[in-house]
Amino acid sequence: MTDLTKLTLVECIKHVKEKKCSATELVGAYVKRIEKSDKLNCFNTKDLENALSKAKKIDTNKKFDKALVGAPIAVKDLFCTKNLKTTASSKILSNFIPTYESTVTEKLWNEDAILIGKLNSDEFAMGSSNETSNFGNVLNPYRLNNENLVPGGSSGGCASATAADLTSATVGTDTGGSIRQPAAFTGIVGLKPTYGRCSRWGIVAFASSLDQAGPMTKDVKDAALMLDVISGYDEKDSTSAKKPKSAFLNSIKNNVKGLKVGVPKEYRVDNMPKEVDDLWQEGIKILKDNGAIIKDISLPHTKYALPTYYIIAPAEASSNLARYDGVRYGFRAEGKDLTEMYENTRSKGFGTEVKRRIMIGTYVLSSGYYDAYYLKAQKVRNLIKMDFDNAYKDVDVILTPTTPTPAFKFGKNTDDPIAMYLNDIFTVTANLAGLPAISLPIKYNKDGLPLALQLFGKSFDEQTLLNTAYSIEQQVNFKSQVKDWWM
Amino acid sequence: MSINKDTIKKISKLARISVTKEETDRLEKDLNSILKFVEQLKELNTDKILPIASVSDQPLTMSKDEIKKINEKDEILTNAPEKNSNYYIVPKVIE
Repeated sequence: MTDLTKLTLVECIKHVKEKKCSATELVGAYVKRIEKSDKLNCFNTKDLENALSKAKKIDTNKKFDKALVGAPIAVKDLFCTKNLKTTASSKILSNFIPTYESTVTEKLWNEDAILIGKLNSDEFAMGSSNETSNFGNVLNPYRLNNENLVPGGSSGGCASATAADLTSATVGTDTGGSIRQPAAFTGIVGLKPTYGRCSRWGIVAFASSLDQAGPMTKDVKDAALMLDVISGYDEKDSTSAKKPKSAFLNSIKNNVKGLKVGVPKEYRVDNMPKEVDDLWQEGIKILKDNGAIIKDISLPHTKYALPTYYIIAPAEASSNLARYDGVRYGFRAEGKDLTEMYENTRSKGFGTEVKRRIMIGTYVLSSGYYDAYYLKAQKVRNLIKMDFDNAYKDVDVILTPTTPTPAFKFGKNTDDPIAMYLNDIFTVTANLAGLPAISLPIKYNKDGLPLALQLFGKSFDEQTLLNTAYSIEQQVNFKSQVKDWWM
Repeated sequence: MSINKDTIKKISKLARISVTKEETDRLEKDLNSILKFVEQLKELNTDKILPIASVSDQPLTMSKDEIKKINEKDEILTNAPEKNSNYYIVPKVIE
């Protein structure tokens, strides 16, 4: 019999719809695998018994008409799930049980997807290696000479769980690269939609002008299907966009003939490993051979994107995280008066990286420094956005590597915040400009680690992005090489 | 611009996060290295550039003026570390 956990999401649903397997068998296969995979530490919370009983219900009702019927899906532990613990991988929210469901996850369950658990991440999604989680490191299913590697971050649990076949697909969040970088490190597809494409309601907020939910999947068609389900206007999020109902999956096509692809010279950074540059050239060649027109372009303010991000994101975070005061949510540390209670709660409740970012954010917003830092960053953000506006006069999509290196070892960047931040050098621009971008696995390097390319699209043109990614995917025929060493 | 220990103290007060001496030393080093990194932006002349707070070009819309009855008081209070009947309990504020 087929190993159901090896199927793509689209295939899973087809199996259930065509009665090749029951929803219970499908969920059961995942439950079995999850139970043998604790070593990877992907899950903060599992909800396996409920998942099985929901699957039974679907089988009993015999209605298999919904878009995600029977698909077992775990989500990043940043999405509020009604009556199920939602921690943001933090200590301060370690006992928080939401009384409401996020819009994005609600949309999944409305299509008869089945929640199987909540996935580990960096604390409050702040990190690029999943090492800041309050619940420990997540292991990448790919290793280097039997040594463990980080899965990337912040959606590290999402990435490892998808690559290790512990969820049929997942949703992560991306503020500076948190979907795409871990997707690249684990050989899966990660899509950050246009800002406003998906509702942010019910997602633990990090930096509200940058945060966006998006799919992390085994292939491009799965990403298209997930985006069809989770996108859409939501009156509960004033920044969600009023767009007609999408049909990305049904419209997907393998055709890049005449497509204008921009290659930005500023993304060729110092010390970029040769394997990454070669990968980029391979991507260019694939598109060219299939009839795309390659154009050299310039995005002159690229080098200022990370510095801009590390003002704007912490500033917004310091404001968003002000709500964790030891009064309304879970964790409280006592103090002799109200102020001391706040200070002790936040000191003991937040981890090092989160505190670092709140402090930087507070500083750049404080009286006397606002103009020099925050206002300046908002202006440079406009310059970065204008770079893309100009580029898109000549091209339809932009091709770059997703990350400057493949997955790295634990502890490599933990002592130097700037070295860690450089992981997001190629991804952060999409968040600042609000653009859609997808990371696509291409091949393995000589050590057997996945390498990925990234495509940027025009605002709300996820279709072209998905079509281009799909065309490349058809050519490269990337296959999972995960060996179940942890079982 | 650089941050010294007094500034760390001031920021930690504003952020309502108490810091130990060891944390202050570490923060002084980290925050200064982050500030040095972000100060690259000073190279750019942005005199004629408008600041943007968001990339969304969507006009804000009014929500419908309608009553929605939500009675989740008890459920919401279950997340409070300390409560008494319908109230959150905090340390005494007024002597």
